[in-house]
Amino acid sequence: MYGFEALTFNIHGGYLEAIVRGHRSGLFTAADYNNLCQCETLDDIKMHLSATEYGPYLQNEPSPLHTTTIVEKCTLKLVDEYKHMLCQATEPLSTFLEYCRYGHMIDNVVLIVTGTLHERDVQELLEKCHPLGMFDSIASLAVAQNMRELYRLVLVDTPLAPYFSECITSEDLDDMNIEIMRNTLYKAYLEDFNRFCQKLGGATAEIMSDLLAFEADRRAVNITINSIGTELTRDDRKKLYSNFGLLYPYGHEELAVCEDLDQVRGVMEKYPPYQSIFSRLSYGESQLLDKAFYEEEVKRLCLAFEQQFHYAVFFAYIRLREQEIRNLMWISECVAQNQKSRVHDSVVFIF
Amino acid sequence: MVLEKMEMFLDNLQPMDLMRSEKMSFVQLIIPAESAHRAISYLGELGLLQFRDLNADKSPFQRTFVNQVKRCGEMSRKLRFFKDQINKAGLLSSAHPVIEPDVELEELEIQLGEHEHELIEMNSNSEKLQQSYNELLEFKMVLQKAVGFLVSSNSHAVAEETELNENVYSNDDYGETTSFLEKELRSVPSNQSGLRFISGIIPRSKVLRFERMLFRATRGNMLFNQAPADEEIMDPVSTEMVEKTVFVVFFSGEQARTKILKICEAFGANCYPVPEDITKQRQITREVLSRLSELEATLDAGIRHRNKALASIGYQLTKWMNMVKREKAVYDTLNMLNFDVTKKCLVGEGWCPSFAKAQIQETLQRATFDSNSQVGIIFHVMDALESPPTYFRTNRFTNAFQEIVDAYGVARYEEANPAVYTVVTFPFLFAVMFGDWGHGICLLMGALILIARESKLSSQKLGSFMEMLFGGRYVLLLMALFSIYCGLIYNEFFSVPFHIFGGSAYKCRDTTCSDAHIAGLMKYRDPYPFGVDPSWRGSRSELPFLNSLKMKMSILLGVAQMNLGIILSYFNARFFGNSLDIRYQFVPQIIFLNCLFGYLSLLIIIKWCSGSQADLYHVMIYMFLSPTDDLGENQLFWGQRPLQILLLLLALIAVPWMLLPKPFILKKLHTERFQGRTYGILGTSEMDLDMEPGSARSHHDDFNFSEVFVHQMIHSIEFVLGAVSNTASYLRLWALSLAHSELSTVFYEKVLLLAWGYDNIIIRLVGLAVFAFATAFILLMMETLSAFLHALRLHWVEFQNKFYHGDGYKFKPFSFASTTEDD
Repeated sequence: MYGFEALTFNIHGGYLEAIVRGHRSGLFTAADYNNLCQCETLDDIKMHLSATEYGPYLQNEPSPLHTTTIVEKCTLKLVDEYKHMLCQATEPLSTFLEYCRYGHMIDNVVLIVTGTLHERDVQELLEKCHPLGMFDSIASLAVAQNMRELYRLVLVDTPLAPYFSECITSEDLDDMNIEIMRNTLYKAYLEDFNRFCQKLGGATAEIMSDLLAFEADRRAVNITINSIGTELTRDDRKKLYSNFGLLYPYGHEELAVCEDLDQVRGVMEKYPPYQSIFSRLSYGESQLLDKAFYEEEVKRLCLAFEQQFHYAVFFAYIRLREQEIRNLMWISECVAQNQKSRVHDSVVFIF
Repeated sequence: MVLEKMEMFLDNLQPMDLMRSEKMSFVQLIIPAESAHRAISYLGELGLLQFRDLNADKSPFQRTFVNQVKRCGEMSRKLRFFKDQINKAGLLSSAHPVIEPDVELEELEIQLGEHEHELIEMNSNSEKLQQSYNELLEFKMVLQKAVGFLVSSNSHAVAEETELNENVYSNDDYGETTSFLEKELRSVPSNQSGLRFISGIIPRSKVLRFERMLFRATRGNMLFNQAPADEEIMDPVSTEMVEKTVFVVFFSGEQARTKILKICEAFGANCYPVPEDITKQRQITREVLSRLSELEATLDAGIRHRNKALASIGYQLTKWMNMVKREKAVYDTLNMLNFDVTKKCLVGEGWCPSFAKAQIQETLQRATFDSNSQVGIIFHVMDALESPPTYFRTNRFTNAFQEIVDAYGVARYEEANPAVYTVVTFPFLFAVMFGDWGHGICLLMGALILIARESKLSSQKLGSFMEMLFGGRYVLLLMALFSIYCGLIYNEFFSVPFHIFGGSAYKCRDTTCSDAHIAGLMKYRDPYPFGVDPSWRGSRSELPFLNSLKMKMSILLGVAQMNLGIILSYFNARFFGNSLDIRYQFVPQIIFLNCLFGYLSLLIIIKWCSGSQADLYHVMIYMFLSPTDDLGENQLFWGQRPLQILLLLLALIAVPWMLLPKPFILKKLHTERFQGRTYGILGTSEMDLDMEPGSARSHHDDFNFSEVFVHQMIHSIEFVLGAVSNTASYLRLWALSLAHSELSTVFYEKVLLLAWGYDNIIIRLVGLAVFAFATAFILLMMETLSAFLHALRLHWVEFQNKFYHGDGYKFKPFSFASTTEDD
């Protein structure tokens, strides 16, 4: 329902909303990307970044720079901003902000578990984790042998615990069921997040339901495409779809039976918002799908800033910043590997 | 005739310093590439030339000297690294002015590289040593603490066993697991072989979670013992001291062992094997201790060596930092220059004050000479279309006042500068609101302290508040002096009147003074010579008298200052040769203001001089409502009524006068100028060739009548309404002054005198303390601030809106002094 948010929002949320809008204005513009794409070496990129908000984070890096350092430092900036906002936030905004990082937590759990399965060094794995998704006992994930142990030893202390109710089995971990675990967790997470946002009501509920529905639908499509040709049964596949979103429930029925990409396309084109995404792809092409989805997402995230007095701006900002860092990583990689012709392939302009 | 004489007189006036900003010239430099660096750095030392960025469209890494800028960035990174290391080592980077030959940048770069390499190597060495030292230290602690647990666990083992047995009997649900344990325990009587242990050390903050995790992983089949370590251990990454806890875990089974080891690894706990045999323990402890002392010696030597190296860097660090900063500034400036067609010369454009041209010329010649260049640097003045920057040559006295004006807006180029008048009017208006010579003396002392310690304070870094105070020390000084002056006029010293200038003019009607409050006092001699008569104090008519005085005074001051503002607009118009503004803006404005409020001021003065009892409110109000009516007892002078009608008519005429003619005349001028030309001006080919790209954009002024008219309308309405509201606004002088004197009276009478009434030293002291506190914080700090703000507002709004555009931009010369200050 529409409350009188404008009346009371600023008491607790006004300062942080101002902060986040300030951060948003620091996002790269098309001109910045144009300049970055013209860089010849990573040093050029550093030089360009030193004139932006990333400057202080990169200024003390010695000169032969690596893509990973750039990405790491830029992520550090996002993390610092996030932590600052979290410190300042009061309920329910602080819970909302916490929700924003659960996705990274799930990814990190999966990363560590997969890594240990393949007998990687735990420290090495920890370095690869996204700093937003870190929690205290993450390193001890390596101890667990199966889902039940994973839950009982480590995750019961984390906010992810409730999401595990679906996937506690005593089977030993393998790649397949880790992937299923990830998607089940994600499903539970998205549904929970959505419920939380609906509970908040007002513009937050409205905008977040749109953003989360998009996220859920995108995951549904990705799950479908990735599970084509695997031993995942239709019913299992359907179980991984989140129970909300534009595709729910009829689209899910149809996606569950898809056997190739063109069928997926056929399903998706029935939904006007996704028609434009798929109509841009030629038949049988899935490479550009990711980028198309990202572009659509960025567009929606930017729209979140058009309204005031709601929390979705925080979610949108974190997502946009992540997209920016992804862009930066891609550009840096292209520059570092002398593949400048491919620079534009994966960069999603935000403004 | 008179007008002409006036014009003559004004033309012959000496130009006032600071009244108009410095004349600026737009200059072009053509510098041969070989002498460019030297020329720019000399110019940076001179600091009188502001370069224009000719490469604004290029991104930073596409510019010519990007590599040098990058190298400077890299060098300053190294220097920051050194500084960081020096701070971490706890050395002071004292800037000893070591007289050393200036090093070249390339040399410095190599030196810095060497130093950095050396430092990093030393760091990694000492890090390795530190790590092994830490390990040994931890081992030592584990040995010390764990031994205790091992001994006690042996003695408790039997008790534990019996406890377990009891559990079995009391609770059958646990039957299976416990009996299994029991079996194991029984089969191996000496629990050492079945119960194994791992000992280690872990940061204290993680202990709780660690223990919980162990408990969960082994399903509770373990015993966790912990003891805080005696010493703190340095964390090699953050170099902070960390408190750690020694633990010993007892458990059974191989699987549990691997699990526990994994958990230890995950929590960053370091495990050290402790032999169970006591003799062996002693032996190992001895070994560890001897190796520890050895390592300590090596570490100390390493640290001494490192500190020595750092100290030698520290001597020159500040110098190097300045040098790198300068070099970077030079290359950043060089990046603003263009290469000419032949690629042999650099072309720069910029602004400089006209008086500095000779200096710059001379500097450039020196640069040419010093760099042994064959070709001189060409320096010539060009025409510019954009308006020049504003530059006032201020000194430390006028600077603060100029800052007050600039905070509102930087003056348009060569516009009349209100700072000239602000120097006096600002402290004066402040003092009108803050009139108390006791408080004034306090302020004066503060200001004098700041000024006396000027040379000391200016060299050190101050906090933001202190810096503000220090920056405004001369403003403070003048404010204090003026408030002493105004305080003498108001005759207030911490709200107490003094008989400084002789006795009061009034005395009681009889000797008992019993009816002083009812019948009032009697005047028996000449008025008090300076300021307010002290007898007003405490009398029944004190407030009405002072209010009337201050209110009228405020209006007089306000009208005077506003008139000054309008007159300055005349000088502006004259200076820029804008007769239209004089005739259709200045003249009606001055007529309007003076017909209404100038007349009021006149009435006030007449009333003061004549002692008439006329009601000025009544006169002013009925001047508008019924100008033809007889004034009756309110008549102040002969012919007042016709004069009022005349003034009213003049004011009424002045409104359309300032509204209508100007836009129509502008329109006429415009149509005349573009008579028969339906197309815009084409850029002549000569112009295109002559101009460097971007140096002179031809600006095309479109004339839009409705816009001009609306603008004029807004301006006129603002002035007409403003005349009323601004005059009323000056009444804040009275209000603040009243508030100040009432507040100080309250603190004096209700706190100090009240407390003094008691014959108790404690109450008196408390009263004195409260009075001093209130005086210092409320009257001296808060009231100063509020009076300051109101004076600021009167200047920014009421005074400056009459003439000041304030849309210029500041002259920011390229100068090393300002680049090194920025840090």
